[in-house]
Amino acid sequence: MSPTESIRARTSPVVAALAGVGAGTEQVLAYLGGLAELVGRSMASLVVSPLKRGRSLQRAVHQATLAGVRAIPIITLITFFVGVIIALQGAYGLRRLGAMQLVAGLVAISITRELGPLVAAIVVIGRSGSSFAAEIGAMRVTEELDALKTMALDPVAFLVTPKLAAMIVMMPCLVMWSDLMGVMGGALFGVTGGGFTPGGYFIATCEALAVRDVTTGLVKSMVFGIVVTAVGCYEGFSTGAGAESVGRSTTSAVVVSILLVVLIDLAFTFLFYSARPGL
Amino acid sequence: MTKPVISTHGLRVSYGDREVLHGIDFEVRHGETVVILGGSGSGKSTLLRALVGLEQPSGGEVVVNNTDLARCTAKQLDAIRKKIGLSFQGGALLGSMTVGENIALPLLEHSDLAPSTIEVMVRIKLEQVGLSGFEHFSPSQLSGGMKKRAAIARALAMDPEILFFDEPSAGLDPIMAAGIDELILNLKKAYSMSIVVVTHELASAFLIADRMILIDHGSIMAMGSPNEIRQSSQARVRQFLDRVADSTADDDVDHLRMFTEGI
Ligand SMILES: Nc1ncnc2c1ncn2[C@@H]1O[C@H](COP(=O)(O)OP(=O)(O)OP(=O)(O)O)[C@@H](O)[C@H]1O
Ligand SMILES: [Mg+2]
Repeated sequence: MSPTESIRARTSPVVAALAGVGAGTEQVLAYLGGLAELVGRSMASLVVSPLKRGRSLQRAVHQATLAGVRAIPIITLITFFVGVIIALQGAYGLRRLGAMQLVAGLVAISITRELGPLVAAIVVIGRSGSSFAAEIGAMRVTEELDALKTMALDPVAFLVTPKLAAMIVMMPCLVMWSDLMGVMGGALFGVTGGGFTPGGYFIATCEALAVRDVTTGLVKSMVFGIVVTAVGCYEGFSTGAGAESVGRSTTSAVVVSILLVVLIDLAFTFLFYSARPGL
Repeated sequence: MTKPVISTHGLRVSYGDREVLHGIDFEVRHGETVVILGGSGSGKSTLLRALVGLEQPSGGEVVVNNTDLARCTAKQLDAIRKKIGLSFQGGALLGSMTVGENIALPLLEHSDLAPSTIEVMVRIKLEQVGLSGFEHFSPSQLSGGMKKRAAIARALAMDPEILFFDEPSAGLDPIMAAGIDELILNLKKAYSMSIVVVTHELASAFLIADRMILIDHGSIMAMGSPNEIRQSSQARVRQFLDRVADSTADDDVDHLRMFTEGI
């Protein structure tokens, strides 16, 4: 019988419930600790000998192509439509107030601050977070991770570091692109149904946007990139034996990443809100 | 007598609560080929994994080149691992790379040889295992036996001082299997490597071994030179060597109990 089970057997339901909460909290903390350790270790091996720098860079560029460049078409499509949707929804309310000219600003701010980074992160989770977990999980099952170790190669430095470097660079790039596409989506509605001229929409967007709106999104996205990589790789490394556990790690990589990204987003938004309540 | 390059003292290894190795004591001396024999699931692969530090002992110790694997720093462990080669039972080639890249990997990472030199070395290693011309294949395009041979080539890449083979000739045709035996004998003669081989092939075991270890259910059942083993009168050893199946009819009650246990 495990300690928590024995507590449950002997004590009242309230205490048992508290013990359950305690054990759950402990698990969550252990998981977050594991993520932090993984990120720390792979950051540490970013600083490598010049001999190895060339090949690490090569691997990072390869990862950046897989995780970043190939995500562009789907991110383009999704954020463009999200831009159209925001514009439509906004126009629905603003038209009644006779404030149609505010649509451009509404789209610009909600895309750059929130939806651009969020949509990009979710696409990257679906494409790359899951594949990190599957790749590393399969390598664990086939003893490839052990083979790396016996060749005196650190699986973290070999597998995680290039992915992390690629994501830290590519996430902000993807978010910039996704911001741009979202605004284009808004513009499509603005020009065809909102009475804007293309130039007018552009000027309205620039007037509504502060540099801060874009930079906060970019900073957030970098953190998202780190979290998605860490969760994907961590889930991969903690895969058990057998093919079905690879599937399980892939699923939890996606679910946990989405949850963490939303929580971090919440924290950031709250922080910005409290820092400058007026804005 | 030369100093042992590997020695284990009371080595115990557990997976979870289940102990798989129950106190193994043996040593491998410099330039010696030790063959480990034993039934399926008796813990041979686990022993190899413990010898290279992939499994943490739950008791006892493993000493390689005078370093206790459980108590050394990561740097020391890496230094030891650069001098060993292990060919895994399932090959464990990196699926994201070609066969040639797999073999080149340790050379690229741990030596400052020119790429052209590495390319030549890769070809030599592939030639040694009869896989010339397959360097651009991906591991998924190889048959099981070919994967195994490619894994042997990768284990040889760094010209290690100690070599571990987990069932190198299982799944190979007799000609290939004989080729692997010859390769092992050559490595011993030419480079005086210390070699540990896990195998099920009795003929090959007697051919290459300087010393043999028989493992049964996680304990050493017999150990000695091929001659000593061949002449052993221990019942379980004889059963293994003479290929006698476990008799099922000797104790009907026990046998019945085995199936009904816990019900
Ligand atoms: N990763 C693992 N987790 C839990 N138990 C394991 C694991 N690997 C092996 N075992 C158990 O350890 C025991 C020894 O396994 P091992 O792979 O060492 O056997 P083996 O002697 O190499 O067998 P074979 O000749 O079939 O390869 C087996 O009973 C197996 O169930
Ligand atoms: Mg085995």
